[in-house]
Amino acid sequence: MNRFADLLDLLAFTPSRNAKLALLQDHFRTVPDPERGYALAALARDLDIPSVKPAQLREMIGARMDPELFAYSYDYVGDLAETIALAWPENETRREGGNDAPGLAEVVETLIASSRGKGAALVEGWLDRLDPPGRYALLKLVTGGFRMGVSSRLLKQALAGFGDVDINEIEELWHGLEAPYIDLFAWLEGEAEKPVNAAAAPFRPVMLSHAIEDADFEKLDPGDFAAEWKWDGIRVQAVSERGVNRLYSRTGDDISAAFPDLVDGFGFEGALDGELLVARPVNGGLETGTFSDLQQRLNRKTVTAKQLREYPVFLRAYDLLIDGGTDLRKLDFVERRERLEPFVAKLDADRFDCSPMLEFASWEELAAHRAAPPSAVIEGVMIKRKRAAYVPGRPKGEWFKWKRDPFLIDAVLMYAQRGHGKRSGFYSDYTFGVWRTDEELVPVGKAYFGFTDDELVRIDKFVRNNTIDRFGPVRSVRAGPDEGLVFEVAFEGINRSSRHKSGVAMRFPRINRLRWDKPPAEADRLDTLERMIDAPR
Amino acid sequence: MPPQDLLAPRPEGLYCPPGDFFIDPVRGVDRALITHGHADHARAGHAHVMATRETLDIMAIRYGADHAGQTQPAGYGEEIRIGDVTVRFHPAGHVLGSAQISVEANGLRIVASGDYKPRPDPTCADFEPVPCDVFITEATFGLPVFRHPEAAGEISKLLRSVGRNGDRAHLVGVYSLGKAQRVIRLIRDAGYDKPLFIHGALQKLCDYYQEQGIDLGDLRPATVAAGSRGDFAGAIVLGPPSAFGDKWARRFPDPLIVFASGWMQVRARARQRGVELPLVISDHADWDELLDTIGTVAPGEVWVTHGREEALVRWCELSGIPARPLHLVGYEDEGD
Repeated sequence: MNRFADLLDLLAFTPSRNAKLALLQDHFRTVPDPERGYALAALARDLDIPSVKPAQLREMIGARMDPELFAYSYDYVGDLAETIALAWPENETRREGGNDAPGLAEVVETLIASSRGKGAALVEGWLDRLDPPGRYALLKLVTGGFRMGVSSRLLKQALAGFGDVDINEIEELWHGLEAPYIDLFAWLEGEAEKPVNAAAAPFRPVMLSHAIEDADFEKLDPGDFAAEWKWDGIRVQAVSERGVNRLYSRTGDDISAAFPDLVDGFGFEGALDGELLVARPVNGGLETGTFSDLQQRLNRKTVTAKQLREYPVFLRAYDLLIDGGTDLRKLDFVERRERLEPFVAKLDADRFDCSPMLEFASWEELAAHRAAPPSAVIEGVMIKRKRAAYVPGRPKGEWFKWKRDPFLIDAVLMYAQRGHGKRSGFYSDYTFGVWRTDEELVPVGKAYFGFTDDELVRIDKFVRNNTIDRFGPVRSVRAGPDEGLVFEVAFEGINRSSRHKSGVAMRFPRINRLRWDKPPAEADRLDTLERMIDAPR
Repeated sequence: MPPQDLLAPRPEGLYCPPGDFFIDPVRGVDRALITHGHADHARAGHAHVMATRETLDIMAIRYGADHAGQTQPAGYGEEIRIGDVTVRFHPAGHVLGSAQISVEANGLRIVASGDYKPRPDPTCADFEPVPCDVFITEATFGLPVFRHPEAAGEISKLLRSVGRNGDRAHLVGVYSLGKAQRVIRLIRDAGYDKPLFIHGALQKLCDYYQEQGIDLGDLRPATVAAGSRGDFAGAIVLGPPSAFGDKWARRFPDPLIVFASGWMQVRARARQRGVELPLVISDHADWDELLDTIGTVAPGEVWVTHGREEALVRWCELSGIPARPLHLVGYEDEGD
């Protein structure tokens, strides 16, 4: 258990993506089968083992420790699993370094083989044999409380790097594999052939676009390209093969369970690429919901009847990858599109439609479309080469996104936090606010990029010279009508949020410009932001 | 004599009326007995100071030779009369020169243990349990969640991380007295004999430890003069944690922030401080050691001071040992 516990702790404290990749690869290299595979499955939350409820954990610790001492401890630590892991009374054998601690493989295999009701008793026995890091890892494993900042994409990237294979190969295989992934590791280590994905309805790695630059237009002939709206939902892939229906995120996570309203009624054989949106039936037509409506349905494992009723989801198709048993990915975009339209026409119109194509003869005409989108749920246009095959990843010169201009506001720097790694020693994470009244700033967002290294040095200097208070790594800086630093902040959208003091939450905020010249009193007011919510542009 | 007539809290610190002295007073007094050199226990400006030779030296290094009107060294175990009171200094195992102070009069003995650590430490004398009627214990880590692992294991985490990240500089946060020298000694004991780089704030105390025969190996100043940025790749640099937010940290390549402290046991504390590699290394007793020490010393009564008094008092109650919190002010519980 200790190798796994060490890995969890290292991952949890490591902010850099590259360093996380190195840790994972180091683990795959040094830990044997089947343990490394179970670690991978645990991080990918792909282990089907009996879970232990917080109430059961409280009962266990309550039987072993004075409740008052436990209460003091929990109050200090603030996390139930961590408190129990640290405070679990140890018997003499353990304290003298008794070494019969179970390994991760033993724990996982025993749990898989046992009935649902036995989990708690097994865990209690193991807690007596493990040390505090081992106990912590065990409790996180059985309570499913992993928040290690490790996405499935990162895991796949680590595997690709470990075996020196293309990440798309891993993604295509992923959903056909089972813990502890013996075949996969054997292939990645060059000991065996690539496993064959026998699973129905696998994920096909998606094709992505580059942001278009002004200079690109001169080089590109509008006649070679088709264009469509860029919808502001989430990119998904809907696959139905041999009676198996699955909905995948663009990174290949299976998100079917959260969207039964869509997935249960696919009614096709093939694989569609499209945008997941909320769409409500209104007067015989459909009204597309905003991104904040869609957020009511995102990042959930399950869904309630009320959410299904109020936020029904809908798929707006961009592309057809598999039609029946035929793989279309080698075909040109226009050929795929020709097959897409009749394909979608046969589907439930309350759940599927085709993203309409935009007619244009010049880039100026396309610019006019972009400037006047027919819906607030559009975040720009997509430009796709008519003769482009569907290539996984981000091939150059094939697809471009031309996003609408971001929202811009002027906000005042309020707090700054120290950075990590290369930004150690610099205050590089900024919280900024706008005026609620003439005197009172309210924080509305955080940003930590969008400025150059030279600008960072100047902002850092400003923070140090204008600190009025410190809380751990955070400094509060001078910010009033006549003193302070104004940022022009760019962001993609704004929603109401009950979790933020200001009542609003920005999407993807970043520093657009530093306004050393601007008096803070002239920064924007909160009501300006409120008016931006759901406002058409 | 009731024990509170022998030692009682006053705003200045713990006061002994029959001997007319204070233990670790937080402001200037006529006569002070000092347990150890950490700044919240040892302050400048007393008329008379009694402490171990090492603690007096450390005070002179930190505050200048004239930090007190008069000083008197006390050897470990030496019997010293002050008025009607007999005092003795016993090793506390906390930092070099640290002592518990036993105060005895009319057959009643109180031991003020200061800060202590019962586990072996190559940079100071081992803690010595002293039987007594009243044991005054610290409770810095007085919660059942504090269980300090073996320090050697924590050091091997550091060295493994250095091995994995050869392009980065490891910045290890250590307090300048005690923790710094212990961590350096532990790194040496783990077989690492390359030069270690230290922040200027550590220099004098490291020099002093070396003079006292504690071999810390090749220590070099972590100054720009010592090398350009690239020369610190793969290096271990030690400094006070406060320096890491400072411009000082910018001279190192992609710094990896490490902090060696008992507080690193709690993940939220480590995250809050922006630590990338927390090492649980403490110079205080952990929960199990507090309980074991009370069991060994077997006092008639326990007084609990600075830290989480309530949990340790609760445990004493459950174990049938009379105990009460001693509300002393002015001692930081963060400094570890």
